[in-house]
Amino acid sequence: MDKKISVKVCLGTTCFVMGSANLQELIDTVPAKYGDKVEVSGVPCLGLCSIDWEFSKAPYVKVDDEVIKEATVEKVLKAIDERLK
Amino acid sequence: MVINAPRQTSHLKREILIRLIKAFYTDDFGENARLIPYQMRPKDFEAPYRCCVYKERAILRDRTIAGLGLSIEETDDSIHMAELAKKVLDREQPEEHPLTVLQTACKGCVPSRIYVTDLCQGCVARPCVNTCKFGAISVKNGKSVIDPDKCKNCGMCAQVCPYQAITKIIVPCESACPVGAIAKDENGHAKIDFEKCISCGKCVSACPFGAVHEKSQIIDVLKNIKAGKKVIAMVAPAMFGQLPCSPKQLKAAIQQLGFADVYEVAQGADITTQNEAKEFEERLVKGEEFMTTSCCAGYNELVDKHIPELKPFRSDTKTPLYYTAEIVKKEHPDAVTVFFSPCVAKRREALKTDTVDYVLNYEEIGAWFIAMNIKVEDCAESEFKTESSAEARNYAVTGGVAKAVKTLIPEEIPVYPVVVDGLNKQSIRDLKKYAKNGVCELGNLIEVMACTGGCLGGNATVNAFKPALKQLTNYVNESKSLKEPDEAAESK
Repeated sequence: MDKKISVKVCLGTTCFVMGSANLQELIDTVPAKYGDKVEVSGVPCLGLCSIDWEFSKAPYVKVDDEVIKEATVEKVLKAIDERLK
Repeated sequence: MVINAPRQTSHLKREILIRLIKAFYTDDFGENARLIPYQMRPKDFEAPYRCCVYKERAILRDRTIAGLGLSIEETDDSIHMAELAKKVLDREQPEEHPLTVLQTACKGCVPSRIYVTDLCQGCVARPCVNTCKFGAISVKNGKSVIDPDKCKNCGMCAQVCPYQAITKIIVPCESACPVGAIAKDENGHAKIDFEKCISCGKCVSACPFGAVHEKSQIIDVLKNIKAGKKVIAMVAPAMFGQLPCSPKQLKAAIQQLGFADVYEVAQGADITTQNEAKEFEERLVKGEEFMTTSCCAGYNELVDKHIPELKPFRSDTKTPLYYTAEIVKKEHPDAVTVFFSPCVAKRREALKTDTVDYVLNYEEIGAWFIAMNIKVEDCAESEFKTESSAEARNYAVTGGVAKAVKTLIPEEIPVYPVVVDGLNKQSIRDLKKYAKNGVCELGNLIEVMACTGGCLGGNATVNAFKPALKQLTNYVNESKSLKEPDEAAESK
């Protein structure tokens, strides 16, 4: 597989307060674990929290086109592993 | 040890705060506050944590009551939420004790005791039977059995078992409390003894059910802002490591919430440093062996309630919050002052300080930004009127206070800082020993922080410890040092 998997950790205010503060470690641990197969970055607000009550499902992480709601380190790693299968 | 480990319970508490703030800004606060549990657990919603949505709603109602700043234990279930909301809107000042326990959540914990697991092999050596000083263990049907009437919970049997088959079941809040102020009562409900409680917030962080709540003062602050009062924010240094923005952006964001002005508590910390350095010098010249700092509210409560013999060694210098609030009230006598705190202990300090009207923690501020849809990272920058020193801004990091004080002590006075990085049963024993002996063999300037990591490890912080430390350290590094003000300014 040529194309890198893209992981975007939303670091907008809502996601940050609702838990992505604790996902920042992914920015260090993912490259260490997967090398250049995965590209991970902290990004400004993805705009997913603004609709209605969707803030309650923050923090959001995007793995390629898949949106992970109420993201945790485990959920994100699982999504990466699924794609590398 | 992980400081600020992620907790799902924080997510719940923050969601309730956001909904409560949104409810406040509607036409019918009481009714919309009442609806919070129903919005979070609508009909046909699968209950994620408990038996059914009905129980979850009841628990969310209790959490909402804490969000209103009321005691969960003392609030009757039958009282309508609208009535409670009205009570909060009418109240003049926050309740005395800052913590409240959601006791229905305590059912999940069994009382603390020593327990023999299935791993017990009924071995021949039987070190458990032989080690127990109380004769509480016997072997029945090839397994060790503990007689609960004789067992004193010492845990020796667990230490000697070659299979690690004996374990101590702990109650997380009881185990986390350094002063034995929280325990299960006869009904199995955790209860805080406020005579003993030092408001360190460790039980808040420790409870896996999120049962221990801070009584929020958010509605009190919102009410004052809505009434058009001049409300001024006083922001503790730890705050600058909490959100994804620069300190100046944070100031602008806070002003967007409706605050008339924002002061850095580091401004007061600069006064604390000066006074404490002077006091340390005087004490040493007088022949005293050591002095402890006095800026941590949890530590101050500890000394006042549990180690009075340490009082003569604690500096008489006031806290950064005290000096900051004094300045604010002097410059704006008509202002309502709100301290932005990383921990629950400061709520107690504020209650005893006339110049501090309210306290909000970082979870509450974060929730407020979300409720108002303010994106701190997009805010313009707003300058602080007073520049604080690098040392003052570093007060939030363990070791930072002692380091600041040391900077201002003349070279001929020997300073050996000792850092107590978090209060626990061991560090409290150490402190008692220093007071009893009148000397600390490790040094002469003892900095005490109730939380591991300093204020950045406070129970109500939002950011993880490491990134918070990095963010705050960047701010400290770009600030002027007390030591070499000119050099630091030039290198900018």
